[in-house]
Amino acid sequence: MIDGFKETFREEAEELLTGLEGILLELETKPGDQELLNAAFRAVHTVKGSAGMFGFEAIGRFAHDLENIMDRIRSGSLPMTKGFADLALASRDHIRTMLAADDAPEPDVDARTAELVEALRAYAAQVPAPPEAEADPEKAERPEGKDAGKGSSAEETVWRLSFKPGEGVFRSGTKVLRLLEELSTLGDCACFPHTENIPELEKLDPETCRTSWDAIIASGSGPEAIKDVFIFVESESELSLDKIEEAAILQEREEPKKLGEILIERGIITKAAIDEALSSQRRLGEVLVEKKLVSKEQVESALVEQEHLKRVQERQVDTGAASIRVASDKLDQLVDLVGELVTLQARLSQTALGIQDSGLTGISEMFDRLIAQLRDNTMSIRMLPIGSTFNKFRRVVRDLSLELGKDAELATEGADTELDKTVIEKLGDPLVHIIRNSLDHGIERPADRISAGKPRSGTIRLSAMHSGAYVLIQVADDGGGLDRAAIKSKALERGIISPGADLVDQEIDQLIFAPGFSTARTVTKVSGRGVGMDVVKREIDSLGGTVLLRSERGAGTTITLKIPLTLAIIEGLLVKVADEFYVIPLSSVDGCIEIKSDEVVERDGKRIITYRGELLPFVPLRTWFDSPGEAPEISQIVIVNALESRIGFVVDQVIGDYQTVVKPLGRLYRNVRGLSGATILGDGTVALILDVNRLSQAVKRDTSGRTGRDEALHDA
Amino acid sequence: MARKILIIDDSAAIRQSITYILNQEGYETTEAKDGQEALDMLPTLEGIELIITDVNMPNLDGISFIRKARELPKYRFTPILVLTTESQGTKMNEGKEAGATGWIVKPFSADKLLGIVRKVAE
Repeated sequence: MIDGFKETFREEAEELLTGLEGILLELETKPGDQELLNAAFRAVHTVKGSAGMFGFEAIGRFAHDLENIMDRIRSGSLPMTKGFADLALASRDHIRTMLAADDAPEPDVDARTAELVEALRAYAAQVPAPPEAEADPEKAERPEGKDAGKGSSAEETVWRLSFKPGEGVFRSGTKVLRLLEELSTLGDCACFPHTENIPELEKLDPETCRTSWDAIIASGSGPEAIKDVFIFVESESELSLDKIEEAAILQEREEPKKLGEILIERGIITKAAIDEALSSQRRLGEVLVEKKLVSKEQVESALVEQEHLKRVQERQVDTGAASIRVASDKLDQLVDLVGELVTLQARLSQTALGIQDSGLTGISEMFDRLIAQLRDNTMSIRMLPIGSTFNKFRRVVRDLSLELGKDAELATEGADTELDKTVIEKLGDPLVHIIRNSLDHGIERPADRISAGKPRSGTIRLSAMHSGAYVLIQVADDGGGLDRAAIKSKALERGIISPGADLVDQEIDQLIFAPGFSTARTVTKVSGRGVGMDVVKREIDSLGGTVLLRSERGAGTTITLKIPLTLAIIEGLLVKVADEFYVIPLSSVDGCIEIKSDEVVERDGKRIITYRGELLPFVPLRTWFDSPGEAPEISQIVIVNALESRIGFVVDQVIGDYQTVVKPLGRLYRNVRGLSGATILGDGTVALILDVNRLSQAVKRDTSGRTGRDEALHDA
Repeated sequence: MARKILIIDDSAAIRQSITYILNQEGYETTEAKDGQEALDMLPTLEGIELIITDVNMPNLDGISFIRKARELPKYRFTPILVLTTESQGTKMNEGKEAGATGWIVKPFSADKLLGIVRKVAE
């Protein structure tokens, strides 16, 4: 088949060589002409490249030497001299001769070849060659090695392959599934795709590969043949290949191979000799050496193997026990059950106290400790390191800074900080939005940054750390800080503040959390989801968390999210109204004050109190929840931080803080506003947990009377 | 299924031999003698599922060709193989960076060429 093209090649080579002659002659008059040098190089290169294809191996080798020198001349590391022009022309003539000789060995031609090669190399040697960044010839050759590897070992080995292609793998036109298909041609192969990194559909970038694969393959091919499947993507992928056959066998064994077994396997000694040696009580190795049954070196070598196998086995055991996957609803059930236990335990200890039996009290106290441990343990199972979401943000920063023409990096800290899995899931969107805002409004354009004396590239620092029963998550940028004047005028324009309002910096900063406030009306791409900081605040509130903001003009903005560790158990303030108990989440409680019934001021039908110099509205929970009876002479007002403002709730009695397991209300009560759940107290009584934000909203709308309130309570 | 392959090489001998090998296997082929000619052809070609290109060519070299081809939406994900010689290890990396799928090392046998084509073509 190749013969048919030999003639074409010869004609083509003749043509190229004729052209080369002209180029070389022209080069003599214009020795530095880059165009000519490139053309000369290309001609020789083409001849060389094709020669080998059509059976002219000698020409290929010879042209290779010539090409090398020309490459160095055109890159300027060798001079172009008259002497080389002569040599190149002579070489060109010689290639023609070789072409005519049809690559058949002819003593004359071969002698001339050797002579010219020597001359060429001498010319090249006048300036030492730069270290050849060349080649990778091994890599190039490997597809050949693959076939060799295929036949060489007939025995099958089981391999574990883990393949994580680079995210941009599709963009190089690689069909990843083809690679796996190709892999399966090498032997019995089972593939497991890992899809956990694939985002939800609306966030999915179909051009980005987020899938990785594990494959188990039993193949007679060597490791090289298996790796060769991935040769084109090797540099951009994470690829690991482990032999697992021995591991699999080891797993079934209770202990690592004994020295004797290894020696027997190696054919160094017989089992009978080992058994005999074993009958004496000293260390087997010493005994064997002493008896001259084996040499000391043989024993030592076997001991090394024993050590290695022990390690392999340990590793297997380790990875086996390191983690197990459990369906998350099973975990939720477990948390529920522990919650029941906590509740029941509270009843038990109360009952025990009532009975005054020292035996029972002792048991109850021990039970108490155990339950506390069990609760902490169970909660910790639900904890995941927040770092798993950090990568997503890195991508957001990268893509967005490209889009905005800004230069920014995301630095992360505390990726191993653990948080309840539900909380982590709910944190994703708010964090993305905060980071987008930092990039969009905070980080300045590179030119502005340089003129402000900052490094060209901005930094957004995302950090997480524990702080008591909370986790603090910070997004800090080193950008321009909040533009308070702009915020104020925007708020005026939106009617969020009234003209002439005298606000301190902190109050201005808070305006960005006001509903309907967005300074980036026109930027659709970035803030395009129509989500403002008010939604961020609301989402964090719904997690029982708070948002803090600190900003310095010119130095950057820091937003801190304070999130409770878990949603299932909250710290609450237990209060009593008539005979009913309520729990107010401690995170939103600002303070408690006493009030006498005659101190209540009514202004336009609204009840107002003065708290730290501030006029606050308040609502008696007794009337709100229609509790029976009269209010005591001295009531307590719990001041809470609600969504937009502070508000007071009047209760009969504040009992104290109370750690409580949150139980969702039944379906029937799903639409009841102002209550977020319930909990069971130690004596079996149910206490309702107040949803402070929604309650305060409902109260606000209900300034006119009971009809409005009923509507707000049941807005089904 | 149209299994059409575009072959770009300034050497007619190479083009013809690749064409021959691929035609034997039932692939349809189209040839271009340099990067520029190929680039001009791309918009009108239909059903190209693989491009094989030489590196060193007049007018437009292979690496620049790949960069320009990848800018065309139609060819963003088309597999592209680079014809290269062992002496051009750096070209492989350059090719990968430009968006090449893989490479074929010259000289190559028919089996080797087909093996690589099957590996990357759909």
